[in-house]
Amino acid sequence: MEKQIKAMREEIESAAAAITDSKEMYQLRKQYLDNKSGKISALMKNMRDLSPEERPAFGKIVNELKTWALDFFTAQDSRLKAAELAEKNAAEQIDVTMPAPAVRSGALHPNTLIANELIEIFAGMGFTIFEGPEIENDYYNFTALNTPKDHPARDMQDTFYVSPELLLRTQTSAGQIRVMENTKPPIKILSPGKVFRSDDDATHSPMFSQMEGLVVDKGITLCDLQGMLDEFARNVFGEGVRTRLRPSYFPFTEPSVEVDVSCFECGGKGCRLCKDTGWIEVLGAGMVNWKVLENCGVDPDVYTGFAFGMGIERIAMLKYGIPNIKMLFESDVRVLSQFRE
Amino acid sequence: MIVPLSWLKEYVDIDVTPQELETKLFDCGFEVETLTELGAEVSGVVVGLVEQCEPIPDTHLHVCQVDCGEHGKFQICCGADNVKAGGKYPAALVGAQVYATAKDHVTIEGTMRIKKGKLKGFESQGMLCSGIEIGLNDDLYPGAEYCGLLVLPEDAPVGADIKPLVGLDDWMYDISITANRPDCMSVLGIAREVAAALGKPLKMPALDYKTDGTKLDGFKVTVEDTDLCPRYQAHYVRNVKIAQSPAWMRRRLALVGIRSISNIVDITNYVLKEIGQPMHAFDLRQLEEKQIVVRRAKQDETIVTLDEKEFKLNPNNLVICDGKKPVALAGIMGGLNSEIKDDTADVVFESAKFMRDNVRKTSRALGQHSDSSQRFEKGVDEYATQLGLKRALHLIDELGCGSVTESGFAESVSADPTATRPLTVSIAKINALLGITVPDDEIIRILTNLDFAPQISGDALSVQVPPYREDIENAPDIAEELIRMYGYQHITPTFLAAASVTNGGRNAAQNSLLKLKRTLAAQGLCEAIHYSFYSPKDLDLLRIPQDAPLRQAIRILNPISEDLSIMRTMLAPSMLNAVIRNVRRGNDEGGLFEIAKTYHSAEEHPSEEPEEREALSIGLFDGGKLSFFDGKAVLEALAAAFRLSFTYKKPENPEKYPFLHPGMSAVVSLDGQEIGWIGMLAHDLTDAEVPEHAVLLAELDLTALRPYLCKPVTFEMLPKFPVVQRDIALLVSEKVICADLEACMKRSCKSLNQVRLFDVYKGKQIEAGKQSLAFSLWFRSDDHALTDQEVDQFVAKILKNLGKEFEATQR
Repeated sequence: MEKQIKAMREEIESAAAAITDSKEMYQLRKQYLDNKSGKISALMKNMRDLSPEERPAFGKIVNELKTWALDFFTAQDSRLKAAELAEKNAAEQIDVTMPAPAVRSGALHPNTLIANELIEIFAGMGFTIFEGPEIENDYYNFTALNTPKDHPARDMQDTFYVSPELLLRTQTSAGQIRVMENTKPPIKILSPGKVFRSDDDATHSPMFSQMEGLVVDKGITLCDLQGMLDEFARNVFGEGVRTRLRPSYFPFTEPSVEVDVSCFECGGKGCRLCKDTGWIEVLGAGMVNWKVLENCGVDPDVYTGFAFGMGIERIAMLKYGIPNIKMLFESDVRVLSQFRE
Repeated sequence: MIVPLSWLKEYVDIDVTPQELETKLFDCGFEVETLTELGAEVSGVVVGLVEQCEPIPDTHLHVCQVDCGEHGKFQICCGADNVKAGGKYPAALVGAQVYATAKDHVTIEGTMRIKKGKLKGFESQGMLCSGIEIGLNDDLYPGAEYCGLLVLPEDAPVGADIKPLVGLDDWMYDISITANRPDCMSVLGIAREVAAALGKPLKMPALDYKTDGTKLDGFKVTVEDTDLCPRYQAHYVRNVKIAQSPAWMRRRLALVGIRSISNIVDITNYVLKEIGQPMHAFDLRQLEEKQIVVRRAKQDETIVTLDEKEFKLNPNNLVICDGKKPVALAGIMGGLNSEIKDDTADVVFESAKFMRDNVRKTSRALGQHSDSSQRFEKGVDEYATQLGLKRALHLIDELGCGSVTESGFAESVSADPTATRPLTVSIAKINALLGITVPDDEIIRILTNLDFAPQISGDALSVQVPPYREDIENAPDIAEELIRMYGYQHITPTFLAAASVTNGGRNAAQNSLLKLKRTLAAQGLCEAIHYSFYSPKDLDLLRIPQDAPLRQAIRILNPISEDLSIMRTMLAPSMLNAVIRNVRRGNDEGGLFEIAKTYHSAEEHPSEEPEEREALSIGLFDGGKLSFFDGKAVLEALAAAFRLSFTYKKPENPEKYPFLHPGMSAVVSLDGQEIGWIGMLAHDLTDAEVPEHAVLLAELDLTALRPYLCKPVTFEMLPKFPVVQRDIALLVSEKVICADLEACMKRSCKSLNQVRLFDVYKGKQIEAGKQSLAFSLWFRSDDHALTDQEVDQFVAKILKNLGKEFEATQR
């Protein structure tokens, strides 16, 4: 009996030695260990032919064989699979320096990026967004903004008219009136959008974008305007950038100021960007003119407000160092694709 | 506006440097655009005394020994005909910079540096200069235009810098004047501000004059339309002697860019620059019926102006007439018929306030502009009108170019143009606006310097507004006067100290638009922005038929050019142009999108606010591999991002899209509503514009799409029972479309959860005119696990129906 067991063990060992494939090894394993048809299982069945006394001893050695076979095949399987994996990996070497397939990368327009940045800054201060029509009537764009027909301030902006009463808005300030007419203070709005002026040369584009801000509430002061603009300047141009107010004129604000930021390129020492002045003009602002408040039914004895307006392209050009405003409207993909978020 | 420092100094004792004055002006609201020294381009030129002057034989040249004082003695060769020993001339030392002139010795051609040289074998260490070469002309320095050396006065100190000697050390301020300060459109106006800023008194120009005691009998001035001419003054001057103006006046006019003509004309120009009041002079001989009438022109009345242009007028135009005919276009230009001539003896001087809007309108309508009209358009005050006339009469008297008579006429609605306006404002309101407290003594100091005669009583600040400050009306105006003089550095930033807390940010629609843009960028597209206007030619490019609704564009009344003359009705023309531009620049592939308004109105020049619709335009291009499905993939990504389902159909009327490939284009719908189109650019258009490339265009009506972009997320439970997948391959006619097959399959079996085409084959292995389409089908049921047998039955039914409807067979 023991001889028979030993022969089977040798038989398994020699058969396995000839096998190099894990699947074949599995077949061999099945030949011996399959519950139904395996040769070791068959040995167990032979137990029925033995006397009850012989059975325990026989069972023991068959079980030993079975345990040995299970371990043997598991080891064989691990060995072969490891070899097979190594072989497969070896066959699958790639040149990682070869180029990847091209994926076109898109981008938002610099104007959108700047507008988003401004919206994020001012949204945090409680501003909502208002978008008015681009073809405006004369009243909202000029008259209600304290710029009656033929006021010399209209010279500041050469206007495209589409009919005697309708024009392409020259300023997002037109939105101020629409908001104030329909909203009771407190008002905090940002009004981004396209504006149009009949100006087309190296530094002017007949269409550009503005971002207008308006705050109307009780107790709003010029100090608040500068405080808010300081916050804007720090966020957009970097920590340490300061603002400077200087007197100016807009028909819809009084007092009116021009707002400069300290040059973020040279820190105010003077460089090419700031034309050696240390300051860069970025926006116009002022306290909302009493007449404008009155035109919108807001009582200037109760409420005061400030407004500011900036050119988005100007901010984009300053921030990204874009030399020419026309580049923003030419849609050259080599330019636009650089502005991935 | 150009203001020379030397002229300003006549009215204010300026004790700061030119640069400090620039800062003072800047701080109080007058931005100096440029500050330039008159002689900025000239350097190293000194007074040279020619000690010896020997002709060089056979040439026009002289070799001179020139004493340049502290700089040394130099040998200089000179070709001028007026060089002589003992003369003093400008000597440009080696290293000096002067103007270079052309062969005519007059035309300036840039600047040059003086180097050591040799002429005819003689060393020359410098150059003796003409007036032109150091930047002078006859008006700036009498005799400067002589085509030879500039002869300097005998007492000129040898070796001294030439600039102070000939007035080249002057500084020119180019100041930008804001529209609210027309009173500063003059040297005197700026001087007033400088005086206030420096806290110095203003020395007014002399206004006195002697009269000859005579009167002009029977002369009459009538203003019929006082709404357009609130003040009209005239004065009669006799025995005018037309001559050249004195050097000081010519120099000042030259500094501000006005060429001297004759004393009378120069005086009017001088007063325009000095006081800011345009003046005019009529030849009394030409005034019929000895009168002046200011009135609206009659319909079709005509006038020929000084520049010999004829204009047909209407009642919108104001004219100055004599008893019979217009003799001037009010505030714009005089008539040729009353022009001052060399033999003019008796003159009527006019000084008036014409309303700025009327001058502007007339000037624009007629296309006729002048220094006078430009000044009137900004706004002239009656104070200046009176001041200007007095000043002109003083100058006539001073220059002795005529006798001023007793006959002065003043027609005005206001009694006294020099009267101040009282205004009382609350100091608390001013401080509330500024956010700081301006000390009372500062208020008094500032407003006194500005001539506002302030008085404070408790909270009440009372001022007398000077007559030329028509811009001052209320407390904010006074607040601005105070802060611009007190200094903006006193403003201390606060952060909405008193304001209510409000909730900010984008609303849902604004957020969804940003998401839309980001989705498209994630598909590899770059956002583009194009002009909102284009040309009808751009619609021609897309072959939009002349009668198509897209041709109904709003037209700009005053476009820059025809290229930018109509408002966009669709974005695709701009997009195609952008693609063409990219390809021509050698960009071989790319993707662009634009989100912008399109404008729609039945009228070319709408009377009511037109409809503005938002549109999304997409443009893809590459070297020829691009397919319709690359574009469809972008739209599908957009649909997926917003959980929408677009349907695509070949256009029923492809002539609507004459720019697209008729076989590779589709109408896009959402919820049964047509929202746009997509397609490959037509072959011939591609070949003509971007040969060897492929272009895809698409445009969606974003206004229609907008409501769907804010759809909230709704969670769907995962299926309880497993999904069973089967693949089928169908052989059908090429004409059968995928969408129809899918629809039929879905109709045939409600347990068919999803179907997707995964392979298309046309070719040798199948019958001509047929195609093989392979689909994956996913089945599932909500109430039990499907058995193989059930699914087999579903597939059989689907195949049966496909067979019936499309003669499809399984392959």
